[in-house]
Amino acid sequence: MSWGSAAEFFTMGGYAPFVWGSFAVAALCMSIEPLLVRARHRRAAAELKRAGVAARGVGHEAAA
Amino acid sequence: MTERSINWFRFSSPQTFYPLAGKMVPWFAAAAAILAAIGLYIGFFVAPTDFQQGEAYRIIFVHVPASWMSMFIYLVMAAWAGVGLALNSRLSGMMASALAPTGAMFAFLSLWTGALWGKPTWGTYWVWDARLTSELILFFLYLGFMALQAAIDDPRRADKAGAVLALVGVVNIPIIYFSVKWWNTLHQGASVSLTTAPTMATIMFTGMIVMVLAFWMYSIAVSLARVRAIILERERHAAWAQALAGAAA
Repeated sequence: MSWGSAAEFFTMGGYAPFVWGSFAVAALCMSIEPLLVRARHRRAAAELKRAGVAARGVGHEAAA
Repeated sequence: MTERSINWFRFSSPQTFYPLAGKMVPWFAAAAAILAAIGLYIGFFVAPTDFQQGEAYRIIFVHVPASWMSMFIYLVMAAWAGVGLALNSRLSGMMASALAPTGAMFAFLSLWTGALWGKPTWGTYWVWDARLTSELILFFLYLGFMALQAAIDDPRRADKAGAVLALVGVVNIPIIYFSVKWWNTLHQGASVSLTTAPTMATIMFTGMIVMVLAFWMYSIAVSLARVRAIILERERHAAWAQALAGAAA
């Protein structure tokens, strides 16, 4: 363990913007991507359901 | 061949692959989370300060995995695209499309974290050296692949056009990999190679490899999840997909 205190850890020996800038953007990208994928999956499933409802000749009120 | 052998080709149909992928996603996601926790712990709390670069070197724990995955995903994407072109199998094209956004994200992260590492270490965010430029080209190849596929309405034709682009672009991967050997680059040579021992402390190397595995598991999880969305999008006229959507209602 090379850190004397929490403050020392967050300072990163003066390289805080570079180190935390790297890890923060990576964490952000890797949290947003799964959310986007989930939204895309939900959209596709909803689209499919709408298409199925339409194919069975049921109006929009059935989907509500 | 034993009688219990599995017919793997069965899983090459979107209909059978869809539920299989759905079962695999949580396992790979959990593995990614656990490995990332271990890797970050090693990277920030176990690995010592680098005597030359100080704490800035810790960026490699995200930079190296992102860079490796950006290249590796491209190879896998091109392989799926090639299989799709050769065998005309539907799922192959979907796999290639599912991998592209994740690969593009890792190429971006490689450039971003590389810039943030370069500033304190080299004194510049960017330099037009062979390694950096070829990685930028890789990022553009991913974007080009996605843009080309998005521009073509018929998914089967989009797969074919994308496959040609992906396969031509493969030539860039060895250029990235060997750039530090072939040219006199500002980017340092490989710290890890197949033929020699790594030129870094064992604990730093361990942390890096654990992070590579975490990113690998993440990539598998997110691309399997995305291929499921793509399957639903493309198979919307298939009876099985509509039955699935009806059942989920």
